[in-house]
Amino acid sequence: MCFPQSTEQLAAAVRVAARHDVPFVARGSGTGLAGGATPLDDAVVIVTTQMNRVLAVDPVERIAWVEPGVLNLDLSRAVAHLGLHYAPDPSSQQACTIGGNVGTNAGGPHCLASGGTSAHVLAVDAVLGDGSVAHLGGTEPDLPGYDLRGCFVGSEGTMGIAARVAVRLLPNPPVVRTLLLDFTALDDAAATVSGIIAAGMVPAALEMMDAEITRAVEDYVGAGYPRDAAAVLLVEVDGLEDGVAAQVAAITEVGKANGARSVRVAQDEAERALLWKGRKSAFGAIARIAPDYYLHDAVVPRTKLVEVLRHVYRIAGEQQLTMMNVFHAGDGNLHPLIVFDAREPGVWQRVHDAGDEILRTCVAAGGVLSGEHGIGMEKRDAMGLIFSPDDLDLQARLRDAFDPSGRANPGKVLPRGSRCGELARVPEGTWV
Amino acid sequence: MTGPLDSAIDDLCAVARDAPVVVPVGGRTHWEVGGPPPTGTEVVAPAGIVEYDPAELTVTVGAGTRVGDLDAVLAASGQQCPLDPRDPAATVGGVLATGLSGPRRLGYGPVRNRLLEVHLVTGDGRRVKGGGRTVKNVSGYDVARLVVGSLGTLGVIVQVTLRCEPRPPAAAWLATALPGAEAAARAFRPATILVQSGATTVLVEGHADDIAAESRRLDATSVGTAPPPLPEGPFRGRISVSPARVDAVVAAVARIGVGAVGEGGVGTVHVAAVNADGLRAARVIAHDAGGWLLREAGGEEIDGFGVPLPNRAVMARIKDALDPTGACNPGRLPLDDRPLVDVDAAVGRGARA
Repeated sequence: MCFPQSTEQLAAAVRVAARHDVPFVARGSGTGLAGGATPLDDAVVIVTTQMNRVLAVDPVERIAWVEPGVLNLDLSRAVAHLGLHYAPDPSSQQACTIGGNVGTNAGGPHCLASGGTSAHVLAVDAVLGDGSVAHLGGTEPDLPGYDLRGCFVGSEGTMGIAARVAVRLLPNPPVVRTLLLDFTALDDAAATVSGIIAAGMVPAALEMMDAEITRAVEDYVGAGYPRDAAAVLLVEVDGLEDGVAAQVAAITEVGKANGARSVRVAQDEAERALLWKGRKSAFGAIARIAPDYYLHDAVVPRTKLVEVLRHVYRIAGEQQLTMMNVFHAGDGNLHPLIVFDAREPGVWQRVHDAGDEILRTCVAAGGVLSGEHGIGMEKRDAMGLIFSPDDLDLQARLRDAFDPSGRANPGKVLPRGSRCGELARVPEGTWV
Repeated sequence: MTGPLDSAIDDLCAVARDAPVVVPVGGRTHWEVGGPPPTGTEVVAPAGIVEYDPAELTVTVGAGTRVGDLDAVLAASGQQCPLDPRDPAATVGGVLATGLSGPRRLGYGPVRNRLLEVHLVTGDGRRVKGGGRTVKNVSGYDVARLVVGSLGTLGVIVQVTLRCEPRPPAAAWLATALPGAEAAARAFRPATILVQSGATTVLVEGHADDIAAESRRLDATSVGTAPPPLPEGPFRGRISVSPARVDAVVAAVARIGVGAVGEGGVGTVHVAAVNADGLRAARVIAHDAGGWLLREAGGEEIDGFGVPLPNRAVMARIKDALDPTGACNPGRLPLDDRPLVDVDAAVGRGARA
């Protein structure tokens, strides 16, 4: 394990791995949930947390160059005095690194309107498998040839390691309004989500929490969430004054028309922060219920939310597991949360079986395996659910073209056998 | 999953399987972009809507669908997909293959952010998929972004899923005497800032009252809902520079008598000249400003890009890996190390190379 402090040291670490022909794994804060930064076998782990400087901020072009170990929230804090922020805001934003965000193409509540990490990364200086440094993308709008920057973002360390990243900063909106809508039926909350989109609005964020998690969060944070709600929606709209006011009115109307029991509009910044604290503390709150949790991440078409959630609750019932849901409803990004006590014999198997069935249910509804966490090891062997052998072969070829060395985080993202002609199955007990 | 265009795509696969060189053709509205078109079997992606549910804010279409036709379908549901090609006869696949973003890039982002799922027909006649149809997806490598701007060299784009947007309740073009950079600083999330020498025009979308307020902040007057024209001429190109240099580049290009309209906050400058030398001179200005010029039309003796591909070796490996027989549109991207055509070596961007 090593902790480089500069691009040169990072590249040198990769060259050492090359010299000894061992794989290397990039790691930021290790908050990833798909195991992408978890080393397999005898890999060198290259931790970027000591490369944590904001190198340059251009307030006119609204661009920041940062090292990969800069924490997501620290970047927004560093540019706050300029009236700017970095938009992608994963729930782990206090702890996760920009480099890790680039690796997973991370998301967050505010990606609904402004897109995930890739939409905010302009350029990456990447250390490739041979230790060379490639400048991918740029701060000019277009470059000739393939979008290697776009290809690298979300490659989970399998195409190299980001050593410097140029990100787009966004101006803080002049007006922000946050609404909490409370429902006595999950279907009504989901209908409100569809109704908001159908009314021609894409809010800055549109989050849903079900009954169990709402109660847990309220007991933990005391944000004034209704403890008896079947579901709540947290909706944020931003922009210029009149447009925001019109959207607040329209969202209130859509909510009421779909049976919202109450619509609370945060009256000041403190109340707004409190409402968001509830949402962002969800994973802390469940510590009051059980010692362990398994957080899933899958996306379904927005119109299938209710149908899929019903299956999620059914699966939980069949496996005798406690399931909570707190998720990015606006873009159909579900986060079923299984809460359990790992000391209970046999529970891990039920947790895994439930997760597997949830994933299959989402895919059957036209969904995908991951919206923002990545594939890593966790979902590697599920890739065949959404991709054909030819699709996987293309991705395997792409990976090999980017990293001919094969040393960049092997064993992640693509299942064994993705390359056409590669041995797909080996007898049990075979050393591979 | 089956779809209404599957049999047409199967037919295209069969053609690709037998053809030594596959040349995808869209609306021919950007035919001159890139290296010279190869001689080979021309293939046309099917047109038509495969799936459109407005509640999903996504649409799946055959890549041969004309952008104008797609616009009409989306408009009927109060939505849009801001591809905004110069000519609405352009096909969706053509816009994606050239990777050329429309003038509302400032507000809606580059075209590469629109594409959610792509189906390609490979040079050996297989249909492969990248990405997925949901608005959010990080499952596997971002093949969709890789394909945007690939000029048909990785496969034929046959079917795509695009992210849509609601149409704004109101929109207005506002004319101001402010320089583009100052307009960018004062306006909040404008859709477009077009910079000409001595004139800046800002497209503001949203609530009518907000537009009026933005107009006051910009010391502007409304000039209606029709966009100001981009420069016209037989020799056209687009310059990419750092956004801060747009005002200066527009002024410099205008000084040599070449039409120029820049996109403030983006870094694109559209240029149009009456002769090839005008386009060459605009390219020199682009290089001097640390950028480059893509030749869009006219002057086929002038190199399409004027700069080497950055990370050409990686790109060449990707091309070889995804198109091992080299059947897909060879020569459209300068992936080999041939010298550039008609480019003064002195203006090459040594700093980037």
